[in-house]
Amino acid sequence: MTEKPRSHLSVLNLSCRRGETKLFGALSFDLGAGESLHVCGANGSGKTTLLRFLSALSFPDDGEIFWNGRSIGHALCDYRSRLAYLGHRDAIKEELTPIENLKLAALLSGEDFDPESARGALKRLGVPDGDAIFCRRLSQGQKRRVALARLSLLDRPLWILDEPCAALDPTAAGEVASMIDAHLSSGGLAVVASPSEDAFPHARKLRLSASC
Amino acid sequence: MLRFIATVIRREFLLAFRRPADLISVLFFFIIASSLFPLGVWPHVDTWRRLAPGALWVSALLATLLSLPHLFADDYRDGTLEQLVLGAYPLAFAVFGKLVAHWLVFGVSLALLAPVFAFQFDLPGHALWTLFLSLLVGTPALSSLGAIGAALALGLRGGRVLLSLLVLPLYIPVLIFGAAAVEAALAGIGANAGLSFLAALSLAGMFFTPPLIAAALHITME
Repeated sequence: MTEKPRSHLSVLNLSCRRGETKLFGALSFDLGAGESLHVCGANGSGKTTLLRFLSALSFPDDGEIFWNGRSIGHALCDYRSRLAYLGHRDAIKEELTPIENLKLAALLSGEDFDPESARGALKRLGVPDGDAIFCRRLSQGQKRRVALARLSLLDRPLWILDEPCAALDPTAAGEVASMIDAHLSSGGLAVVASPSEDAFPHARKLRLSASC
Repeated sequence: MLRFIATVIRREFLLAFRRPADLISVLFFFIIASSLFPLGVWPHVDTWRRLAPGALWVSALLATLLSLPHLFADDYRDGTLEQLVLGAYPLAFAVFGKLVAHWLVFGVSLALLAPVFAFQFDLPGHALWTLFLSLLVGTPALSSLGAIGAALALGLRGGRVLLSLLVLPLYIPVLIFGAAAVEAALAGIGANAGLSFLAALSLAGMFFTPPLIAAALHITME
């Protein structure tokens, strides 16, 4: 693999209002390669909204987001293909097996699919029988694990994770934390939203509160 | 890029194969709806042939309409639509792939099934062939125009009724040219004019609607 260019995400004066109430305003931060940001705050404080702005799925009222110094509005498609987003919904097709889900996700992201590494990723996250069971039969937490396995297979520098540990047991949550650490140490970036304050001790914290 | 579109088509095929109830219910709807027309005018056997082109095409329109809510709603609900937005190519390419797959799954099946059930209208052989051709080249227009409605009505309460109200008026030109082609074959004049119009509508629909549909989907997801 060739040397990856160092990636950089910066956010300038981002603000969002929901009707009359201001969710957050004048939000600015910088995130370089190998750094992570933990967005915390109460329910309804705008964590998901901020993460959807960052993943270019919706657009802020005010402020700009820069990727490697360029405003993402000018290179939207390029930016979208640099990030991996895990939202509240797992994006798992229930009619397919975990392996089929991962294969389609990889091919649609324009990457090659290696079944061995997919099986390895599923095994690490504790999902048995990658191609013997339909996702319909998996529990909520197991589906979440398949969705997390997808992240680790895609070669995308910026991870945007919205409550990645929802529905996971403590062992799997620990595995997620080490997955994120591995991603960061290979030069990736991560923005993680989670309501609990002490979930990701190594990450920089950004506390959202409705009054700021 | 072709590989991306081919992957989208393969994905839709796999999902349709794992969820056969969608296709089967649409095909049965077509069979039952088209069978009601001969029963409704039962004593007047001589009117069957005159009724056939319109009745079969209206049944095909309604059957297609029935298949539309699934086009984006499932992907929207489970979050895979967001992942398609973040895919390797703009959403319009994925939408194009989905339209092609929708046509191959629903349109081609309807075109194959229609001549079989057109027998109950006492249609002659060459009219059956024209019916097959008209549905084959006309259903891409039904898929693409319908997908605009499906994207706009996505995530709305009562979206299915709204979808019918949005889509059925758009289907009028397709219905007119489709039924006219079969009518012309019955009357013994060439059906080529009607078929060419249908093909033109389908090509225009398949190539010009994906960006519009993608824009509508982006708005829904915001």
